[in-house]
Amino acid sequence: MGIRLPNPGEAHINGVIVPEEQAMEEAARQFLMAKVPTIFPGPLVLWAWNEKAAKKATAIRHLYETIKECVQPGQKPMLIPMPDYRPKYPKINPEIEINPNHPNLTIWHNKIDCCMFVGVHCHQANLSLKIIRGGTSCYTIAMCAQAGHEDAMLSFRDATPEKIMRLAEWVRKLKGTVQPRLTSVKSTASN
Amino acid sequence: MAEGKSVIGTQNKKGQTYTDPWYMLHEAPRTPSFFTGSEVIKEAIRRASCDVMIAYPITPQSEAAALIGELFAEGYVGDYFRGESEFAVMSECAGAAFGGARVFTTTAGPGTMRAMENFPMWAGARLPIQMIVTCRGINSPLSIQPDTLEISYLLNTGMLVWHAETAQDFFDWILKGYMVAEEPDVHLPLALCCDGFFVTHTKDVVHLTPADMCLPPYDPYRSPVPCMDMECPPVRMMRDPFVMKSNYISYATHASWQQEVWAAVERSRKHTIHWLNGLIDAENTDADILIVTSGTAVSQGREAIRLLEDEGVRCGLVKVKTLRPWPGDEIREATKHAKHIFVPEFNVTGWLAKEIRATIPNSDRVHAGPHVCGGMTMPPEIIVSEIKTALGMRAMSLAGRGS
Repeated sequence: MGIRLPNPGEAHINGVIVPEEQAMEEAARQFLMAKVPTIFPGPLVLWAWNEKAAKKATAIRHLYETIKECVQPGQKPMLIPMPDYRPKYPKINPEIEINPNHPNLTIWHNKIDCCMFVGVHCHQANLSLKIIRGGTSCYTIAMCAQAGHEDAMLSFRDATPEKIMRLAEWVRKLKGTVQPRLTSVKSTASN
Repeated sequence: MAEGKSVIGTQNKKGQTYTDPWYMLHEAPRTPSFFTGSEVIKEAIRRASCDVMIAYPITPQSEAAALIGELFAEGYVGDYFRGESEFAVMSECAGAAFGGARVFTTTAGPGTMRAMENFPMWAGARLPIQMIVTCRGINSPLSIQPDTLEISYLLNTGMLVWHAETAQDFFDWILKGYMVAEEPDVHLPLALCCDGFFVTHTKDVVHLTPADMCLPPYDPYRSPVPCMDMECPPVRMMRDPFVMKSNYISYATHASWQQEVWAAVERSRKHTIHWLNGLIDAENTDADILIVTSGTAVSQGREAIRLLEDEGVRCGLVKVKTLRPWPGDEIREATKHAKHIFVPEFNVTGWLAKEIRATIPNSDRVHAGPHVCGGMTMPPEIIVSEIKTALGMRAMSLAGRGS
């Protein structure tokens, strides 16, 4: 617990503070390497509660479409929402959503090996990221609108629509230069 | 707000200018004023853009709570009322904070104990409420005098806990406290403690920022959890605890939830160091003898150091400003040369000495004492006598003092 979070203009990769652009490149590389690269948009971007949220949502959709365009056959990009934080009983439907109280179910079910959280309240994102880290081998990226996430393996801070578009540009730039992991993903936990 | 529009430079309804907090607290002109600690609390809240203050009388914080009522009447505080008990007050503070308000309250001794269940709930719900604790004895027989035993009960609640030495600390730290507590990566309640009466009821010169400047308002959209939402945690968890539904979900979530609260305490370090200029203050740490303490025991320690210097004994001082986050690295560094570490405390159990012992190598260097408790004062001569006795030096008998 408690690695140092990045300052404005920085990001972190595995707890090491790096310039934001370096993290952009690494995040794009991780998406292009993954068998099931997935974006998890949360309630802050799923609902058009202000103009910025609507712009962010458009940028996220653009990033998803870009990843779809840039991956190779055998890779399966996904866009799975976190519509709210309510505990779901007896359990969620992992086909259609992810929930911060048991995010591992969605990761396991869809064999997701790289994911990005965006538009999730910081505390709920950190809960999810902790449980994912503890129970799966999925690479986690956080596109945080506030101070960043220590629990993600790679975290941006001060997310804006422009920043998300820049990440999409990096994905496009690296298209064809990254060897995808097309072997099946092994979970570190039994399920 | 949600669009990040700044209000800096605009005015509130009282004509105060919302001012950049760093400028206000570090660069703006200061006016020396002769105030009690209670009056200083009032002056800090006048400048804090506070939405809600909830009061309940318990000595020695009653005067501060009443003075903030005057602020409400003048229009400086959004809402103000008296709760039914300390437990009710802290629950009502939670409700106000859930709703997105900047909340302030004060309590003391038995009041802190009565409200205790609420404090881990505040922390778990990530509510950046600020609570002044004017420390007072908690045990029977009754005492209204300063005793810091209640602080030890707050250390494991998940709250930030700071311990002010002087009224000046108090004024600055109330305002800085909101700046740290409201950071999205922190967003935890703050217990800002002082030793009752010694600080609250003593007049001192305090340098105040201009009264026509105030902090920018709290922005609830920067909260790491949703504002009051009966369907989503954290409110949902109190309404409908999911331990009733699924052990698996409950354990995984609860474990990560607790880890997250304590991780937020750790993340507050960066911001606290920035605003308080470090978690400790240290002087002459190359000396063989060190006094390490917090609160008004620091002031008494300074006087003891002066008396010891008159006798040719050199002694350094470490003032511990924050107890949560605990300045472990800083204390290890500051005490690395010390052969003898004395921890004077206003409580019977010596909780601060225990924390320090658990932090540093060669912890047998730590001498837990002197202790006074139940509201006794700690004349510097007592600290001098404790140090000299421990070092095998002849100490003057204190039995005849004052006769």
